[in-house]
Amino acid sequence: MGFDLLKERRAQVVRNNRSGVVSLDCNKVSAAGSVSQRACTFCGSRVVLYPIADALHLVHGPVGCAAYTWDIRGALSSGPELHRISCSTDMREREVVFGGEQRLEASLRRLIAQHAPRAAFVYGTCIVGVIGDDVPAVCKRVETDVGIPVIPVLAEGFRGTKRDGYNAACGALLRLIGTGDATAVKPQSINLLGDFNVAGESWIIRKYFEEMGVEVVSVLTGDGRVDEIRRAHGARLNIVQCAGSMTPLAKAMQERYGIPFIRVSFFGIEDTADALYRTAERMDSPDVMGRARALVSREITRVLPELRACKDALAGKRAGLYVGGAFKAFSLVRALRQLGVSVVLAGTQTGSQEEYQELQAVCDEHTVIVDDTNPLELAAFLVEQDVDIFIGGVKERPIAYKLGIGFCDHNHERKIALAGFEGALAFAREVRVTATSPIWNLMPRRTRGAGTAMGDTR
Amino acid sequence: MSCAAAKETAPMVHSSAKPDATVNPCTLCAPLGAALATAGVRGAIPLLHGAQGCATYIRRYLISHFREPMDVASSSFGEAQTVFGGEDNLGRALDNVLAQYHPELVTVATTCLAETIGDDVPLLLNRYRTRTGNALPLVHAATPSYKDGHVEGFHAMVYALVKGLACNQGAPSRAVNLLPPLVSPADLRHLREIVAGFDVAAIVLPDYADRLDGVILDRYRALPDGGTRLVDIASMPRALASIDLTLTGRAPRASKLLAERGAPARVLGLPIGVRATDVMIESLSELTGAGRPAWLVGERGRLLDAYADGHKYVFGASVGLYGDPEFVAALAGFLLEIGARPVFCATGARNRALPEALASLPAGSVDEVLDDTDFESIGAACERHKPDLLMGSSKGYRLAHALGIPLLRVGFPIHDRLGAGRILHVGYRGTTRLFDELVNALLQGRQDASPVGFSYL
Repeated sequence: MGFDLLKERRAQVVRNNRSGVVSLDCNKVSAAGSVSQRACTFCGSRVVLYPIADALHLVHGPVGCAAYTWDIRGALSSGPELHRISCSTDMREREVVFGGEQRLEASLRRLIAQHAPRAAFVYGTCIVGVIGDDVPAVCKRVETDVGIPVIPVLAEGFRGTKRDGYNAACGALLRLIGTGDATAVKPQSINLLGDFNVAGESWIIRKYFEEMGVEVVSVLTGDGRVDEIRRAHGARLNIVQCAGSMTPLAKAMQERYGIPFIRVSFFGIEDTADALYRTAERMDSPDVMGRARALVSREITRVLPELRACKDALAGKRAGLYVGGAFKAFSLVRALRQLGVSVVLAGTQTGSQEEYQELQAVCDEHTVIVDDTNPLELAAFLVEQDVDIFIGGVKERPIAYKLGIGFCDHNHERKIALAGFEGALAFAREVRVTATSPIWNLMPRRTRGAGTAMGDTR
Repeated sequence: MSCAAAKETAPMVHSSAKPDATVNPCTLCAPLGAALATAGVRGAIPLLHGAQGCATYIRRYLISHFREPMDVASSSFGEAQTVFGGEDNLGRALDNVLAQYHPELVTVATTCLAETIGDDVPLLLNRYRTRTGNALPLVHAATPSYKDGHVEGFHAMVYALVKGLACNQGAPSRAVNLLPPLVSPADLRHLREIVAGFDVAAIVLPDYADRLDGVILDRYRALPDGGTRLVDIASMPRALASIDLTLTGRAPRASKLLAERGAPARVLGLPIGVRATDVMIESLSELTGAGRPAWLVGERGRLLDAYADGHKYVFGASVGLYGDPEFVAALAGFLLEIGARPVFCATGARNRALPEALASLPAGSVDEVLDDTDFESIGAACERHKPDLLMGSSKGYRLAHALGIPLLRVGFPIHDRLGAGRILHVGYRGTTRLFDELVNALLQGRQDASPVGFSYL
């Protein structure tokens, strides 16, 4: 490595070695001064609930926290778009000194009257946790008056990690679940947990289940609607995609409503087929299974020829990936392997001990595995591992591009749906486009030592 | 489009903040400005004292605009620091930043959290210096966002840099200090070029042109090349003068301090438009005793020639302006100079800088000024004034889209287009580009609205 790994972070980086699985020192607060790629606890709660499109999302705090989360996810809605506006109580010095409850209440009442949401979520930011506003009391008061659920989500930025924010969001969802009438729900039914309808991905998945004759009671939270969430307790099975954020909710629903859950992924054709088959198995219906088989067979036949062409074009390429949760990482390793691309660098922001063990198991020998990494580590490993394609989010993109390395956005700002069979094809095209672009041949990383006069970047 | 003359008797309306929620903010938080200003110093890295999310959100926001790496460290508060104070974390953060980045300077800006719990950052930094014996310069700016937005955070950091580092009061040097507001890397390069045209050195603070519009690399640099050197910042009091390109708000504090230390200040405002650029050019000519370089004379002449070619298409066109106070004030001056009508001027800044800056314009120049506002209120202003076009950051996109009018993207942030850092706004050259874009956006509207279109003007 061309830099010194921080002492504090040494146990958060491992090199995969078939002779044994190493335990990572993960799931802890970021090292001060490390320049973590993670956001905060508030962010965890905000991103999970964000796609609920007919709810009001009010950030209680100074304006920045709301400004930075305005229209931040590409989570699409088929109807209302309340989630795409940014509402803040915009606390000023006066509120910091005298308390912000009055301003919160006035904001809630005005915005609810103006937008007629089906529920309201109030997110507490750091300051609110410090000055001690009684947010639950304000919410309760407004809820009683206006007759919609007004739910406090108290995951102040300093309260822990992003994962703690996910837990707070799951707690907020549990306040809604079970409050609607679920008597009309079909016996063959599911909730899809942990899909956020980025670029319309929930719609792709929903379409598959409709074809299989399985009712999707609710998607948590992609293209989310409050009334659907309220009847989610009527589903037969929960299928959990973003397990990092939604496992607490799945466990709570199992406990409270007896709904079992399975972990699935719709990234890559193998994982998608597996998710559909495993869901069908749990429906106890030969008809559902028959339709699942037909669907998978038809879709694979449709996408395989072009996937093969992409594989030929990508032979021998090396990938790095850094994503939020570990389950996406597992899927991406498999999906890339199917494209003939080996993953030589893999990391997550929020992986747990068990998840990193699984990640080591699915990755090849010598893959570098990082937890809660930072730009300097990423830059060093991208070069050291000779990565051709980096898969990550907006904050990782300039690191790859600055070094003349291809990049594929798999985070929540992506505009291309990457889930399901058609998503697997879109992903392959994305990877192919960025890995095989002729521009890389001009970059100093490739021309260095080739004797070109302009190879010097200075 | 109605004639500009009809508006001359109308009083200027001034609207400000709502008593409750802000919807779709037209400002960012103060630490963002402080972090950005820090990127304008060579070898400097910003450290935000507070929870991790502030640094990450700000990085993401800046990266999406500049499309460059932008590292911002955090002292990563947890509950313990919130209760007992952040001294230990600040120390660990500094240790780790030094170990990883080997910076020449670390700036520490405070988040709302650190300010609210009352951490005395200057004291903590002194204790850190004493404890570690480290002589590395550390500069602190207080940037609580419940007080100010990104513009004030930017200028607070510039002031802190001058206060802490511009201390060399030796013999006069043949240099001019240039203190720009938040402008693009292309603007910074052009400003340097203009000053160089008068055969003097330019000390631009901050100058993030090369760090935030950098070259492709084969080896990653923890802190990219570029930025104002510490030795040059130190020598600022010895310059011929400071030209402060920010008239509005509390910004001229830095040039005032430099004046107290020896370099007289000229507070001019942002050079957009012929008249505003003339003011800067004349100032430089007076200060240096040098005449205008031929290339600048040529650019001025070509700009006037472009004005002549396009004046009919912009005359009377109504424009809704929003953004940072200095930018909006400068653009309003440009629009008035070409016969267009800035029907409303809006900013999310809350320091009354914009209404104060516009107060000197002739009556009727601007119909409405929105101070401390948000895009919900700007939307309502659009309903009232029915502008032909919007000019401002990309955050007005949804509004323009809903209204079916063009949006001319200028300033910061621009998140939905490539090349935000390469947009040139200042000088005769930048104005020419803005003028062409404005005319062409209006022409595009006419072509789109016409059933038969046209092939020639």
